[in-house]
Amino acid sequence: MALDAVLAVLVVGVAVWTVAARDTFAAVVGFVAFGLLVALIWVRLAAPDVALTEAALGSGLTGGLLLGASTRLGRTEAEATGELPGGLLQFAAATVSVLVSAGLIALVLLLPEPAPTLAPKVAANIAATGLQNPVTAVLMAYRAIDTLLEVMVLLLALVGMWSLAPDHLWGGAPGRREPADPDGVLTFVAQVLLPVGILVAIHIFWVGSVAPGGEFQGATIFAAMWILATMAGLANTPPVMRRSLRLLLIAGPAVFFAIGLAGFAIAGAFLAYPADYAKLLILIIEIPLTLSIATTLALLVAGPPEQEPQR
Amino acid sequence: MSIAILYGLCSAVLVGLGLFALITHPQPLRKILAFNLIGSGVFLLFGVVAHNGAAAGFGGDPVPQALVITGLVVAFASTALAVALLLRLFQETGRATLQSDD
Amino acid sequence: MSLALDALTFLAVAAGGFFFLAGTVGLLRFPDTLSRLHALTKADNLGLGLIVLGLLFQMEDPFAALKLVAVWLLTLLAGGAVTQLIAHAALGGRSAGVTT
Repeated sequence: MALDAVLAVLVVGVAVWTVAARDTFAAVVGFVAFGLLVALIWVRLAAPDVALTEAALGSGLTGGLLLGASTRLGRTEAEATGELPGGLLQFAAATVSVLVSAGLIALVLLLPEPAPTLAPKVAANIAATGLQNPVTAVLMAYRAIDTLLEVMVLLLALVGMWSLAPDHLWGGAPGRREPADPDGVLTFVAQVLLPVGILVAIHIFWVGSVAPGGEFQGATIFAAMWILATMAGLANTPPVMRRSLRLLLIAGPAVFFAIGLAGFAIAGAFLAYPADYAKLLILIIEIPLTLSIATTLALLVAGPPEQEPQR
Repeated sequence: MSIAILYGLCSAVLVGLGLFALITHPQPLRKILAFNLIGSGVFLLFGVVAHNGAAAGFGGDPVPQALVITGLVVAFASTALAVALLLRLFQETGRATLQSDD
Repeated sequence: MSLALDALTFLAVAAGGFFFLAGTVGLLRFPDTLSRLHALTKADNLGLGLIVLGLLFQMEDPFAALKLVAVWLLTLLAGGAVTQLIAHAALGGRSAGVTT
């Protein structure tokens, strides 16, 4: 309990610092630290699957994305601090925020006792999925439609991002080409870390059926390894016109959707799995899905096409 | 005070803090950051509800936990799209501000 | 036997915590970037190593113990590399690898 109190105070303190920091770059660094501390809270709340996702995606990839953006914006960020709103607006904003917080605090204190829960239902039906990790079972079986729609959202976000490319760059590779430096520290780290990281990603993905982990956490680590390789200049991002890239992006959602449709014929409902083959079907979905999610996440970090297409 | 209530209070403060920053920060990137703070607060509230729903041998209700994982991924996707829009705005105008030209 | 192991764990983790504290004090008190980095990485890498060592005494599964050691080694690699990159950037980016 003392640990929890310290953690809660630290998280709020870092959040205040993130909001109050004058320099945007410093604020983003604060946000990364904030994300890691929030991951610890998730562990304390008995949600290790969420903790892994928060640390890898909420803190790591989001942090990298925002750091990149803040270095690109650079000076304009500092100039824009002069446009602070007037005292009246600040006061109104503070009032609204305090009211929202107070309402949420009231809700937290009035949470029903005993709490409504779906855990017994998950426990009663988990055997049918062949999985032992309840969170993966929810993601891949009971609420598979959420997961399917979520990967569609990821793809749509990528399409939206690519459509921001200027006309003359359409079809080119996303992001800037980083120069390779064979003696550089980053190159060394990338070369040492890539095989280890890929192994960790496969491990996290594979244990997701029985222990904390799963396709999103594994895919995030895959994506991070690929981003590291491009940052070190060991690999360039693929041109967005490349057919194999497009296939990789849609393979996961397509297989997911196809098996979901097949559920009408073999199990009587969309995304229903026949009991004997549930685990096999989930695995058939998960492998291409992990590769598609990893590619999408990495390309979302890379940004819209910025390199001249080769014609 | 249970840890659920403690972290519930923490998440409520985070939402308020994020909302304040979202309204008052003039820089769009800081607004995106604030939006992520609000998101963290909302997700933690889900986590508290999940923790209260611990039953059947699970440390928490797995359904809200799975929803939070979905939410984290979607929050990342929207953040990435927002950052791309912002950088494009900067490329076009040389400024990164939401103020209209005077 | 387990009492002796607990005592070893306590000693190692306490020593690790001390080094973390020393590293953090250095980070906050030292005047320039390079000496701050020096304090941070030296002390924290040793501190983490001691904490991992302390936890090893409590491990029954050798595979889990191996994972702990892997965590320490990966942190050493990442910490060392990031320190190098920050130091290069602090010196004015005089290396082709740190143009960002």
